[in-house]
This record gives sequence, C-alpha cells and structure tokens, in this order.
Amino acid sequence: MTAPEQVLFDVPGPKAIVRDKVYTVVFTAVIVGLLGWLVYTAQSRGIFDDRWQVLWNPQKGGQTAGDVWHSLLVRGLFEGTLKAVAISVPIVAVTATILVIARSSTNRLLQGVAYVFTHVFRGIPVLLVMYFGVIALGLAPLISVILGLAVYNTAVVAEILRAGIAALPKGQREAGLSIGLRPLAVLLRIELPQAVRIMLPALVSQIVVLLKDTSLGFIIAYYELLTVTKNNYNYFGEPTTVVFVLVAAVIYISVNMAVSRFAHWLEGRLSRTRTSAGGGGTPVAPPGGVAAVGIGFGGAGG
Amino acid sequence: MGALVDNADLLWQGFTATLLIAVVAGVLSFAWGVVLAAFRVSPIGPLRTFGTTYINVVRNSPLTLIFLFLGGSTSALVGIVIPVSRNSYFGITVNNGIIFAIVALTLYTATFVCEVVRSGINSVGVGQAEAGRSLGLTFPQVLTQVVLPQAFRSVMPPLINVFVAHIKNTSVAAGFATFELVAVAQRLSNVNPADVFVIFMGIGVAYLAITIPLSVTAEQLEKRMAVVR
Repeated sequence: MTAPEQVLFDVPGPKAIVRDKVYTVVFTAVIVGLLGWLVYTAQSRGIFDDRWQVLWNPQKGGQTAGDVWHSLLVRGLFEGTLKAVAISVPIVAVTATILVIARSSTNRLLQGVAYVFTHVFRGIPVLLVMYFGVIALGLAPLISVILGLAVYNTAVVAEILRAGIAALPKGQREAGLSIGLRPLAVLLRIELPQAVRIMLPALVSQIVVLLKDTSLGFIIAYYELLTVTKNNYNYFGEPTTVVFVLVAAVIYISVNMAVSRFAHWLEGRLSRTRTSAGGGGTPVAPPGGVAAVGIGFGGAGG
Repeated sequence: MGALVDNADLLWQGFTATLLIAVVAGVLSFAWGVVLAAFRVSPIGPLRTFGTTYINVVRNSPLTLIFLFLGGSTSALVGIVIPVSRNSYFGITVNNGIIFAIVALTLYTATFVCEVVRSGINSVGVGQAEAGRSLGLTFPQVLTQVVLPQAFRSVMPPLINVFVAHIKNTSVAAGFATFELVAVAQRLSNVNPADVFVIFMGIGVAYLAITIPLSVTAEQLEKRMAVVR
C-alpha cells in the first residue's frame, strides 16, 4: 500500500464518466443497503441492548470498567500477547542470522542441517510445534508459544534474508573479499545490513504474522488477549460474547496497523538516507523483484 | 512406532479431514480472493473501498479470532448459526467443526490471495490494459482476457506459498472441536504418553507430505522465472 494504487482504467470520456457515476451510485446504494440490513437484523436480535454497558459500567460481581479494561489491555495485550512477541523477536533475529550463516557456509554438513531445518519448520504448523512443547517436552505455555514462534519464524526470516542477499549486486561481496575480509565478516558486515534494509517490508509483515500467531497460545492455554476475551465473556454471560470479540478484534487490528504504519515510516526514512548518502550511485535492487520475493514469504501465518 | 500403526485409521481420518478443509477452503478462498482483487482495481469507487476495508480488517485479525468470532458472534449479529450435523461424504464425516473451519479459512486466506493477485496485476504492463481497451474491450474483458492470464503466470510461486501457509493454518481448527491432524496428535499422545515423540514426528511428516512438494514446486517455478526475467 506504499505506492499509489494502480487501477486498470485511464481518464474516462464523457460516456464513461456518466456510466461510472451510475455504477458508483448503484454500488454505494447496495453496500449501504447491506450495512443497513445488517444493523437492522442485529437490532432485531437485541444487539443494542444493555450488553455493551459491560465496557463502561459492568453490573456483575463488583467489577468496574477499569478492571475489565485492565484485564484486556494490561493482562491480555501487554503481559500476554506483546510479551510473547517481545521475547520471540530478538530470539528470531539471532537464530535467523545463525541459520543464514549456516546456509552459506562451506561446510556441507552445516549446510545440509540448515537446509533441512528450513524446509521442515516452514512446512509444519506452528500449532503442532506448540503442542509438542506442551505435551512432549512438558514446557510452560509461554515457553511453548515462544518455541513455536521461534522455530517457524527463524526458518522464514532466514529465507527472507537470503533472498535479500541474493538481490545484492555481486560486487558487494567481491569488494569485501578484496579488502581482505573473511567470508563471515563479509556476510555479517556488508551483505546482511543491506539485505535487512531492502527486505524491511517483508520483515515487518513477518512481525505482524508473528504477532497474530501469538493468538495460537489461546489454544494451548497461554494467557493472552484471546484467553482474557474468553474469560471475560464467560464471566459476564453469553450475550457479551459479541462485545468482547469485537473489542479484541479492534485491539489486534489497531496494533497490527500501527506496526505496518511504523514500517512504512521507517522505510521512508531509510530510503531517504540511502539516496543522500549514496549520491544516487548506490546500487539498489529493482523494487519489483524484491516485492515479488517478499510476497512469497509474506504468506498467511496463523 | 506402535501407537501410530495401531491407530492408522485415526491418522487417516485426521489426514483426510485436513485435506478436505484445505482443498475446499482453498478453492473457495481462491475464487473470493480473485473477486476481491478485481474489486480493488475496478473503476467503481465503492467496490474499491469495500475491498480495501475487508482486506485491512481481516488480514490484521488473527485466524484464531476469526474462529472465535464465527463461533460466538455470528448468531447475535446476523442470525446465522452453522448447523450442527454429521453427514458422511465419500467416507469422510463432515461435522460442523469442518464447516466452521472451511468458512473461517476461506474468509482469511482470500485476503492473502487477493494481495498476491493484485501485485500480479500491477506487474503486468499498463500498455496491456490500454491495448485491450483500444480494441474496444470492456473492463471485465480486459481483466479476465488480457491482464489476469498474464498476472497468474508471475504470481504462481507466491500464490503456492500462500496455499502452503493455508494448509498449515487448517491446524487452528484443532482448537475448535475439529478432528484433524493436530487433534489426532493431541489425542494419541494423551493415550500413549510413552510414544509422544514418534506421534508428533508422524504427524509432522503427514504435513510435510503435503507442503514440501508444493514449496519445492514454488521454488522451481521461481528459479525458472528468474532466468526469464
């Protein structure tokens, strides 16, 4: 969504302008009508009754609105969901770097192990790994969540970084070697920093995937936002289910959009520094190619 | 090894359930995703707005939340209750858990299909659409006969990767009363605590049997196209 959206039409003529206007009116009517019907049918089922009061004036067990929001935002979002993210991301950054080093090493055994790791953990569900942690290894839910997130995202992030390195001009590596750096130093000090930079959009969308995947913790009894949501509507009664699920949705969507917005901002900043420092001569991979590779890994996490 | 061999029928049942959810939801989400992509590039403003809103809302919600939403909120909001039934088709028992999973995954995966297809549409030169229009083709004709066929070729690898993720996402259904592969792993390891490692390995291999051929195909296609590019 960074580039202006491309649409498959050009400046319309007089006939097309009229036709588009008609369509716009018709489809606006259809969509507004559908929304209206949705509100009407929900209203007839009593959706606008006092169940929403639970958000500002809960009527049960001496709970205050502050307690409800504290449970959702502090215990659920910060001490559950974001804690798992905050622990997993640095781990993934380190392990993915190690995996990239292993994949590019000259040692065939190391290479093979890294190759198998990548393919196996990209191919099995995160939830299976989390269950493995809980059931087979007897780990605590938090550790199992982190284990599941870490092994999957290590494999994916390593592939993103490798794609970034592959998109760099060969001269970068050759220049590093020619000034006497060892291959490992070239990888860590020349290739990886540039790869991270050009793959930033893919890396950030992977953080969003990781954030969404923490919700799998709900299934293995890790205490996070969805668990809190469920506890809340179990406590306040079945009618409040829709209230709490919608609140949870709003929280997830806002956080994820904020992360994407931040990435957008960071990207703009980085590309500005790049142009000013490189004086226009810095080789940059064609954006089309990078985007195409990035999308491959952006995949549907969950 | 014993636990897996003894329960081969359970394993098979879980495997077919996973496959059924993956295939049906895969086909549906592909269709819905292409429609959404068409909305997002169409000349009609309201459709573009609808497409963008849908994508932003659904793609930023965790799949688990979508399951939870379908389970607890659709009856209050729109009065739709997914029927509780058990019918058998081709020897596969379809209960409401499977139907749930298919609906949730269709809504969710379609957003990723849409974004990939849209990036493919953007990769087709503008001249192609212009040429189509100058021949007098209408917008739907330009899209379906000129642009999409070219777009699909370049999006095959990322599209396959979306479906690999989709197949793995079917596992979320295990948390919502659906008996598929992960649920099999859970049940078998509760009954045979001594064989946990083997059981999880077996289930992992069952997933890899579906996902690795796909991701290898994607890699091959990508390599071939890299040469062309």
